[in-house]
Amino acid sequence: MTPPPAATHAQPLRSEAPMTARSEAALPPAAAGEPQTRNRGRLKLPPLEPRIAIAVFAAAMAALPLIPGVPVFAITLIGNIGLAALVALGLVLLTGVGGMTSFGQAAFCGFGAYTTAVLSTTYGWSPWATLPVALLVSGSAAVVLGLLTVRLSGHFLPLGTLAWGISLYYLFGTLDILGRHDGISGIPPFSIAGHDLIDPRTVHYLIWGLVIGAAILTMHLLDSRVGRAIRALRRGQLAGESFGIDAARMKLIVFVYAALLAGLSGWLYAHVTRTVTQTPFGINAGIEYLFMAVLGGAGQIFGAVVGAGLVTVLKEALQRVLPQVFGHGVQLEAVVFGILLVGLLQVAREGVWPHIAALWPARGRPVPPDAPALARRSASAAPAEKLLALDGAVKKYGGLTAVNAVSFAVGRGEIVALIGPNGAGKSTTFNLITGVTRLTTGAVRFEGMDIAGAPPQEIARLGIARTFQHVKLNPEMSVLENVALGAHLRGHAGVLSSMLRLDRRDEARLLAEARRQIERVGLAEHMLKPAGSLALGQQRVVEIARALALDPVLLLLDEPAAGLRHKEKEALAALLRSLRAQGMSVLLVEHDMGFVMGLTDHIVVLDFGTKIAEGPPAAIKTNPQVLEAYLGGVA
Amino acid sequence: MDSTILLFLLQDGITNGAVYALLGIAIVLIFAVTRVIFIPQGELVAFGALTYALLEAGRLPGTVWLTAAFGALAFAFDLAASLSTGIDARKLARSAGFNLALPAALLAVTHEVAGAGFGPGVHILVTLALVTPLGPYIYRVAFQPIASASILALLITAVGVHLALVGLGLVFFGAEGVRAPSLSELTLELGPLLVSGQSLVIYAVTLLAIGALWFFFERALWGKALKATAVNRLGARLVGIRTTFAGALAFGLAALVGALSGILIAPVTTIYYDTGFLIGLKGFVAAIVGALASYPLTAVAALAVGIVEAFSSFVASDLKEVIVFMLIIPVLVWRSLTQPHVEEED
Amino acid sequence: MSVEPGIRPDAVEATVLLDIASASIAYGKVRAVEGASLRVGAGEIVTVIGANGAGKSTLLNAAMGALPLAAGAMTFLGRDVSRLAVEERVALGLSLVPERRELFSTMSVEDNLVLGGFRVARAVARDTLAEVYDRFPRLKERRRQLAGTMSGGERQMLAMGRALMGRPKLLMLDEPSLGLAPRIVADIFRIIADLRASGVSILLVEQNARAALAAADVAHVMELGAVTLSGPAAVLARDERVIESYLGLH
Repeated sequence: MTPPPAATHAQPLRSEAPMTARSEAALPPAAAGEPQTRNRGRLKLPPLEPRIAIAVFAAAMAALPLIPGVPVFAITLIGNIGLAALVALGLVLLTGVGGMTSFGQAAFCGFGAYTTAVLSTTYGWSPWATLPVALLVSGSAAVVLGLLTVRLSGHFLPLGTLAWGISLYYLFGTLDILGRHDGISGIPPFSIAGHDLIDPRTVHYLIWGLVIGAAILTMHLLDSRVGRAIRALRRGQLAGESFGIDAARMKLIVFVYAALLAGLSGWLYAHVTRTVTQTPFGINAGIEYLFMAVLGGAGQIFGAVVGAGLVTVLKEALQRVLPQVFGHGVQLEAVVFGILLVGLLQVAREGVWPHIAALWPARGRPVPPDAPALARRSASAAPAEKLLALDGAVKKYGGLTAVNAVSFAVGRGEIVALIGPNGAGKSTTFNLITGVTRLTTGAVRFEGMDIAGAPPQEIARLGIARTFQHVKLNPEMSVLENVALGAHLRGHAGVLSSMLRLDRRDEARLLAEARRQIERVGLAEHMLKPAGSLALGQQRVVEIARALALDPVLLLLDEPAAGLRHKEKEALAALLRSLRAQGMSVLLVEHDMGFVMGLTDHIVVLDFGTKIAEGPPAAIKTNPQVLEAYLGGVA
Repeated sequence: MDSTILLFLLQDGITNGAVYALLGIAIVLIFAVTRVIFIPQGELVAFGALTYALLEAGRLPGTVWLTAAFGALAFAFDLAASLSTGIDARKLARSAGFNLALPAALLAVTHEVAGAGFGPGVHILVTLALVTPLGPYIYRVAFQPIASASILALLITAVGVHLALVGLGLVFFGAEGVRAPSLSELTLELGPLLVSGQSLVIYAVTLLAIGALWFFFERALWGKALKATAVNRLGARLVGIRTTFAGALAFGLAALVGALSGILIAPVTTIYYDTGFLIGLKGFVAAIVGALASYPLTAVAALAVGIVEAFSSFVASDLKEVIVFMLIIPVLVWRSLTQPHVEEED
Repeated sequence: MSVEPGIRPDAVEATVLLDIASASIAYGKVRAVEGASLRVGAGEIVTVIGANGAGKSTLLNAAMGALPLAAGAMTFLGRDVSRLAVEERVALGLSLVPERRELFSTMSVEDNLVLGGFRVARAVARDTLAEVYDRFPRLKERRRQLAGTMSGGERQMLAMGRALMGRPKLLMLDEPSLGLAPRIVADIFRIIADLRASGVSILLVEQNARAALAAADVAHVMELGAVTLSGPAAVLARDERVIESYLGLH
């Protein structure tokens, strides 16, 4: 084998391997290279409210066609940007926020466009009347494809979208009713009171009115209980599910929402261009939309408009310039796009918008004001029962028995510790209780009810809240929002009420509850910081606050004291004691024996998946078997 | 449908399936070693086919310039990286050798060979030599700088590379389609079935290539190193395997396999600069059945894809592509169910 | 802190293998290690003990080159290695057995070992393989078995064997006793002592403070990303703070 070509190591050597924190789930990690800090000291504009920004933008868009001398082709181009921005907006939500990459969005435009084209030509419907049907068709297609593909893990989802994107493209060109390869022409324009909107300057208002409306609704959606749940999913589902979020349903909602925006764009497109063929709904168009979302800044609402603008203008420019230089331009445009896409991911994976946004100072969110407390869980009906009881719990992985016939109980107002060497089955036991893993045999009873086999969302609903051995917070969301996620089940606002801003009272109570829990665990000063900026030990405490926000009956804490300083450990112990005094039960896994011995009422010792002892701390300390297996022979 | 048609479709399907199998294996290879879902594998096939067909037609293929351009770009990347970390003359010289001198030499050789009346054997060798370096060059330019990015970022990059390569195909090969003469004029009569020599060549080469890859991975230290990189990247680095070189090697092998597939299908179908995409995607369907991990499963699935394609083009030729690509959905769903996404947790 | 007789005094500069000075290491914006310093001399066992999440593994990973230094310096055999890639550090004689072992689980035990010698000459690798099999007879018995099917203790031995195949000058072990039965832990520590006797220096990160302090010459305690206590292991083992926080129970 010849020596390798000079392989330099220009990029930091953070392999994707588990040595480092990994974030596979998310597309272009926007966190890379914080533009805010990079731009410090440069030009700063006065603070800008998004509300005002949108109003200014809307006013500018409204004024544009009225300015004398603005050529019609420019208005047409801006209209095309608007059409693309609608699709890109959906992708921003789907890809940038939800972490699902789709190459197939153009197909949903096709559903919208073909639906209205057929209805308004063959059946003579008014373009306005076709809108609900167009949306219904795109939405239904999204539900079907979404049910099939949203559950796909990781990279299988984008491959799936690629496949059905191509499939649908060929299907559009095959069906007789859609005019096969010739498509459908002679589509009527929009008209208002007998007045046709043929002039790009009039239809401009319709397009941009819809874009701005969609942007506002999307912004509202993201800044809500549902939006928080969607944003949290990007960093992994387990944490969200442990607080009652139905991840699959959330993903489907986002998927359908994005498809509806694409369908809306297709509906507009059909009546603006008045001809529909399969070409604009193929996979290349789908790639282009994704390019817009990534270029603008995946996850940024305004990025969708910026990305759509840049790509559309660039495409127009290339279509004018390239044929003059090379004689044939259509595919060369693809070369330029391809190279730009590759380059973009290498130099500015976070996209353009964060750099534009950095011109304005970061808008500090205020600490949420006090609000009426959320309803508490009603007291249990069967107080005599042990709160939690494991009865002969067994978990086998293939031939390996991770948990072997373990039985123990947690009483009300009791702090119980689960100790043992790593690999003894402590985390598996936690996962069995919280529904992450299924029991092989045995039973887990909570308030006398068998909960084995229930999914994490259901367990959370019953009042069991947990923290994780490896912190599972969304590092880019604030501490406040991370904790508010814990109160998810205690709020009620849905997608529609969030978009229409009917959720404010509900939202204020959730945030106030989050604030109270953060103050309770002593992290008030960090409330508005991104969770990822806290020390690891503090992040563990944030997880405790999040768990408390669920209003739990039982807290499961996985190594809560790891990484804490002595003083912080004392504060944590004091907090847990006060919770116990209020009737809360706690089951914890912990290695710090000083912490465990001083705090707990009861200790269960596991070794090789088997319970080797249980009892009060004093008895465990002197138990010869425990000393031998875990604590080490008396030195 | 009588049995003759049935057998004919079956044979047609297996012939195409054999080529898809090669593609699928190359895709699995690249993914396993580098986590790149290499969408442009089909373009390498098209380039291989076009290069071979043009050489057979006595013309100088545009590949010589394409390879030189990519080599120069790869060198520029090495140079830039070298400038930012401190110049290492030895590394840079190696880079110049592989990225600049090699394409220059290939250009000179191809220039001599093109139109000089050599036979298919020489043309095949030249084609393989011209297309194979494209793999490492593409890796160096597009993927190595973001080698540790998420699979999705790598996938989007791969899509960008696909767009660029299709367009470059048009620039360097033009819009006309070409077809190469068959590699074998033989026909074999098997009962009612006539098996063309070209089909036999395809079967034989596919089997040989799979055998050679198997030998490489099971016996050669470098093959084991590639396999190790695929199994555990961090582990591979810890024993001193340079994952960038492993990546370049994987891309080189994939390009070699791609070029070979192109040579095999050039006599079977007319190839245009953009034909590769659909061919490559069928390799993908197979690779996904193999979960982007299993070579044997991928090969078997590729045969199935070929057969489904043959039958659907007979039954409903309009819907051929629709059927083949919709087929992937149940496969993906099945994959998702059997391989639930496990969040890392110890 | 006093220096016990028989323990390498820090003054003997010539024998320093690895020298980490004021290293800070970050994951994104989060600093996991802040200004940590430590040295490993030839023929020495140095241990770093501390709680889960204190930054011990992060420090080892940075020493291996898997994480970049945000600040500070790192030399190996007097050469600045802070910008070298993992693979290049392997070539210089650094080796890491990571906490997760990172074996090639679908490959045979022997293939794992052979790949461990990827960077050394074929003939040397052949001899080393024989040595490793001598040291770990268990691996020889199981050489055709897939690495992923072995027990925890065997995997740890294989990981150590694979690291030794590269003929390292400094072997870094990240939690070698993690998840192992106490009896196996004893075996592992016996092997560590043997290795030192045969001239390999060792940097040992452990949560099992008791065993680590017993095996090591020099010890460092890490808390919240900083080295808070350093000294001869025997002295630290008697230090009140160490006893209270890490040895516990008395």
